[in-house]
Amino acid sequence: MTRPTLTRRAALAGLGAALTAPAIRPSMAQSAPIKIGVLHSLSGTMAISETALRDTVLMMVEYQNSKGGLLGRRLEAVVVDPASNWPLFAEKARELLQVHKVDVTFGCWTSVSRKSVLPVFEELNGMLFYPVQYEGEEESRNIFYTGAAPNQQAIPAVEYLMSADGGGAQRIVLLGTDYVYPRTTNRILRGFLNSKGIGNADIMEEYTPFGHSDWQGIVTRVKAFANQGKKTAIVSTINGDANVPFYRELGNQGIKAEDIPCVAFSVGEEELAGIDTRPLVGHLAAWNYFMSVQSPANTEFKNLWQAYIKNPRRVTNDPMEATYTGFNMWAQAVAAARTTAVDAVRTSVIGQEFAAPAGYTEKMLPNHHLSKPVMIGEVQADGQFNIVWKTPTVVPAENWSQFIPENANRRRG
Amino acid sequence: MSIALTAPPPSRMRLGIRTGLIIAVLLLAALPILNMLPRDSAFHVSDFIVSVTGKWICYAVLALSLDLAWGYAGILSLGHGAFFALGGYAMGMHLMRLIGPRGAYGHPVLPDFMVFLGYTELPWFWHGFQSFPYAMLMVMLVPGALALVVGFLAFRSRITGVYLSILTQAMTYALMLAFFRNDMGFGGNNGFTDFKELLGMPLGTPSARAVLFYASLVLLVGSMLLCAALTRTKYGRVLTAIRDAESRARFLGYDTTRHKLFAFVLSAMLAGLAGALYVPQVGIINPGEFSPGNSIEAVIWVAVGGRGTLVGALLGAFSVNALKTWLTSAAPDLWLFALGGLFVAVTLFLPRGLIGLFDRVKKGRGA
Amino acid sequence: MRFLLVLLLLLAPLTGRAQDAFSDALPGLGGGFAQQAEATDRLGALGDPRAVPILRALSDGRLLKRPDGTLLIREGDRVTEVATGAAADPAGAEPLRINNRVRQALRGALGRLSLVSPDPAERLAAAEAVFRSRSVENIPLLEAALARETLSRVRERLELALAASRMASPDEAAKRAGIAALGETSSAEARGILLEARATNPALAGEIDAAIASIDRRLTIRHAFETLFQGLSLGSVLLLAALGLAVTFGVMGVINMAHGEFVMLGAYTTFVMQEALRDIPGLAPWSLPLSVPAAFLVAAACGAALERGLIRHLYGRPLETLLLTFGVGMMIQQAVRLGFGAQNREVSSPPWMQGTLELPLGVMVTQNRLWILVFSLAVLGLTVAAIRFTRFGLEMRAVTQNRRIASAMGIRTGRVDALTFAFGSGIAGIAGVALSQIDNVSPNLGTGYIIDSFMVVVFGGVGSLAGTLVGAMTLGVVNKMLEPFAGVVLAKVFVLVAIMFFIQRRPRGLFALKGRAAEQ
Repeated sequence: MTRPTLTRRAALAGLGAALTAPAIRPSMAQSAPIKIGVLHSLSGTMAISETALRDTVLMMVEYQNSKGGLLGRRLEAVVVDPASNWPLFAEKARELLQVHKVDVTFGCWTSVSRKSVLPVFEELNGMLFYPVQYEGEEESRNIFYTGAAPNQQAIPAVEYLMSADGGGAQRIVLLGTDYVYPRTTNRILRGFLNSKGIGNADIMEEYTPFGHSDWQGIVTRVKAFANQGKKTAIVSTINGDANVPFYRELGNQGIKAEDIPCVAFSVGEEELAGIDTRPLVGHLAAWNYFMSVQSPANTEFKNLWQAYIKNPRRVTNDPMEATYTGFNMWAQAVAAARTTAVDAVRTSVIGQEFAAPAGYTEKMLPNHHLSKPVMIGEVQADGQFNIVWKTPTVVPAENWSQFIPENANRRRG
Repeated sequence: MSIALTAPPPSRMRLGIRTGLIIAVLLLAALPILNMLPRDSAFHVSDFIVSVTGKWICYAVLALSLDLAWGYAGILSLGHGAFFALGGYAMGMHLMRLIGPRGAYGHPVLPDFMVFLGYTELPWFWHGFQSFPYAMLMVMLVPGALALVVGFLAFRSRITGVYLSILTQAMTYALMLAFFRNDMGFGGNNGFTDFKELLGMPLGTPSARAVLFYASLVLLVGSMLLCAALTRTKYGRVLTAIRDAESRARFLGYDTTRHKLFAFVLSAMLAGLAGALYVPQVGIINPGEFSPGNSIEAVIWVAVGGRGTLVGALLGAFSVNALKTWLTSAAPDLWLFALGGLFVAVTLFLPRGLIGLFDRVKKGRGA
Repeated sequence: MRFLLVLLLLLAPLTGRAQDAFSDALPGLGGGFAQQAEATDRLGALGDPRAVPILRALSDGRLLKRPDGTLLIREGDRVTEVATGAAADPAGAEPLRINNRVRQALRGALGRLSLVSPDPAERLAAAEAVFRSRSVENIPLLEAALARETLSRVRERLELALAASRMASPDEAAKRAGIAALGETSSAEARGILLEARATNPALAGEIDAAIASIDRRLTIRHAFETLFQGLSLGSVLLLAALGLAVTFGVMGVINMAHGEFVMLGAYTTFVMQEALRDIPGLAPWSLPLSVPAAFLVAAACGAALERGLIRHLYGRPLETLLLTFGVGMMIQQAVRLGFGAQNREVSSPPWMQGTLELPLGVMVTQNRLWILVFSLAVLGLTVAAIRFTRFGLEMRAVTQNRRIASAMGIRTGRVDALTFAFGSGIAGIAGVALSQIDNVSPNLGTGYIIDSFMVVVFGGVGSLAGTLVGAMTLGVVNKMLEPFAGVVLAKVFVLVAIMFFIQRRPRGLFALKGRAAEQ
């Protein structure tokens, strides 16, 4: 640090004083650590889901270091708290990239947080791994999406509900939290259902605000809708917090999975840990990974996690697996490119293959999405999922859905 | 309830504050210039500092507008975030219209979110926003009109104190719920993002950042001067009188409703302008800005700095936000304790905020 | 004994063939989902009571399969072979998994098989199951069961099941009887069955339409009552959340933004009590009732600490208190997040709070909501009693009315303040116990209720508990009545806007405290 810097800082009247401190540029010696940004909310409404992902990244950093780091350099995590506040996400992304000069960032859960940081990553040419299933309709050269696109989750799940094994549903209730992921997913599903001969009269669509806790009226309306002489199923894109009261109401109003099965896209092992699952046995979830998958890679993943978190009962879930897979692919790409430079790694990530805990070898496609298996699980009394259906092979992601007509004249970026 | 009058500061101190302010403004003005210096220069200021400071300036204007309402008119609005957000939305609508056919779906008029939600034509309230002057008008008009309606109804019925606070809180809460609805045509939870340009300059470049930064700074200085001048006029004196003893002022023949209404509407317009400059700098506007917590935070900036002083609002907005920016990185698990502790400590020990602290130090030295 | 006799008589013509068919069907239970369902159907159709324990085991996950295909059944610690009944070694055996299709078949089969069970609850469940599976083969079984059934509620269900099964019969007269019987009910399921039949039986369309219209008349009344109940239930939640605030804000004039956090602490106390009592056999089922006093004490202690430590320095400055408690709330929330983790915690419901209760007219109410409604009224009653009939209540009212005179009369106002605040906070804690039964137990629990609570108190009239009750219930019912037309979000927005206009008309709320003192 040089003398003038000090003067300038003093002149800033202490405002940015603390800020500039971490801005001291590290000397680019070979021994300088590789910096991993972790951009997950640790407070506010999304902390409930995102803290586990922060822990997953920290676990991977520790694990990679125990294996000798990468390129002979140590890995170092930079954790920030964007506090479930979307403009703060953009600010923190800029801070990670410009102040901490991270080589790669793992982060975001909600679509809005991703949309908020996207321009920052594009402007500063950073690299973000986004680990959550989402509505698609997006592609950025600076983001790698390791969660599912709609064709890897929503459509197979509805196909299953309509099959003999799934109960042969002919009427579908689309329940969701009112934000872009449910809206877009349901639009895609409506297009898909119409193409399968299920008319709009047989589709009920209803949205609730975030954290909605009084489901009495809606569940009653669902029951009324279901009693119209056709087998009915619920497709739920209800987000996080609202699920516990929803499932409680479902159980208490006596909606059994045998009569009206409910398939959820945002309910995993972590969410079930907060619910008494006995009344919910048989309700479904569609993901690309369940903790109950039997595979050597999954055993390794689970052991690593439970040892790291020092709790043999902590569960794993799909976004954690996506973070784990994304991290490993990035590490492989860095090793292959022999550098952490974003442009080199970007080309080298594409085509990387990894034997994921889901039990399949997943591959990073040129559209920055993964090929992933699709699985349907039924809730069991112990809070785990019983996998009742899965695709025989991995399914490549279609981030631009064919069921959204406007995609036909989309500008190819 | 009565509030202790803030004694007019001694002239020597006012002079001190004025020089301090001028120096602070000059320093702020230097930031984007320092940003243009080559990266290896010792004086180089990173883009991050510039963009985050630009954001704080907008917060400072919000704090200032709140101080006008709370510190001088005694209207503790717990819904000022709503005016800020409405201004932001008006600007956001303009920015969305400017994207034009550059959206992902290439639709000539409709923004992306409307395309994939299946809109076929632009909702009526979106017309006109392609024009910058119209958007700027709306930036002030919409928050101002809301403040006029809410304020008129509330002040006419002589709703004061905590009731007014709760009423304004309900207002911002209702707006948040409404804006979260995708059917409203404001993009729901995602709000507006991915802006491309403003007034012909592409956003996300250092020059655009500098222009927005200076625009915010001009707004800050302008509103500071306006508020300072206003509070020194007869109108300002009456306002302070109403704050301290509303009934008495009314019995003396002043139309308290009109006085308060003017301050409230002006304050809402300033907040709207601050929001409008905030949005292109952070690159997103979404209903989260309406959340009651944000409005309370803004009140806390003013309280921390010292209300009824204008300068205190600025000081509070800058210091609390700087602290927040620093702590959310330096202590991601513990920053809420530090911030919460600060609020507790300030209300308990510094009833007149940080400004009061300087005051006390000065007095101590002088004696 | 008579049941068994009848059963034997009923099954007598089948037993000869059933012997082999039964053994034939068994291995299918170890196959894929489709085979399992088919085997279950066959076992159900055979009517052999030996199938009951096997199917139950399959349904409960106690049916195991060894790699060689042998099926084992586990009863407690004992494992036996299904085919021979001999004791077996469970090593290497995996429990059989089932899916919804199998579960559906199991329900139908078990229903058929337990229609003659001696346990009335089982018969009721069986009638329900047969009602849902409805097939022609069930008609004779149901008729036989009806002939013997004496309990009226079981008979009712059986008749409904019989009517539903008749709809599946090819016989026109049976169908007519079915339609008539279904038309007498107020069941939405019956309506569904009729609608389904309408498509396949154009000849009976007129009768079916009449039956549906008759059901609809009753359903309208039923729905009206259900909406009312749902509104009252929402109101009771609001009442619980707002009651503590009505005391601290209404009586003391303290704006406590950390109120929601006290509610959250109450919910976490419930969780801690549940975990602490989990392994104590006598107490475990009582963890929820015991949580009520525990949550009250925890929240009251925190409240007292907050009042004595911080708030008392700020009396007369309500707006500063607001900011202070906001900071305190942030800290409590983060402390809980670090202590318990950010994830939801599971608080399970005791059996008596699960499921639905059927009231006259077929009105269905969920047990947990009903209990919370009762509970909220009880808490309100106790609060009113405490304020009206105890010495503490008297002192509290005295301090509210005139602090200085009360003090001159020898009342230690500081102590009364602390107790009042502790009391209000304690009620918030109790609300947390109730909310743990319907909402997430997470650090964010309280944030969702704080604004609604303030609205209830202000709408009802500050300082009036009756106002809080009427305010909460009105808001709940209006909200639920608007919901089907406006959607959940708009209903809430409408209610908020309506309250804002109402407050503007009546700034002191529904039940304004009358006083002569002018402001200031």
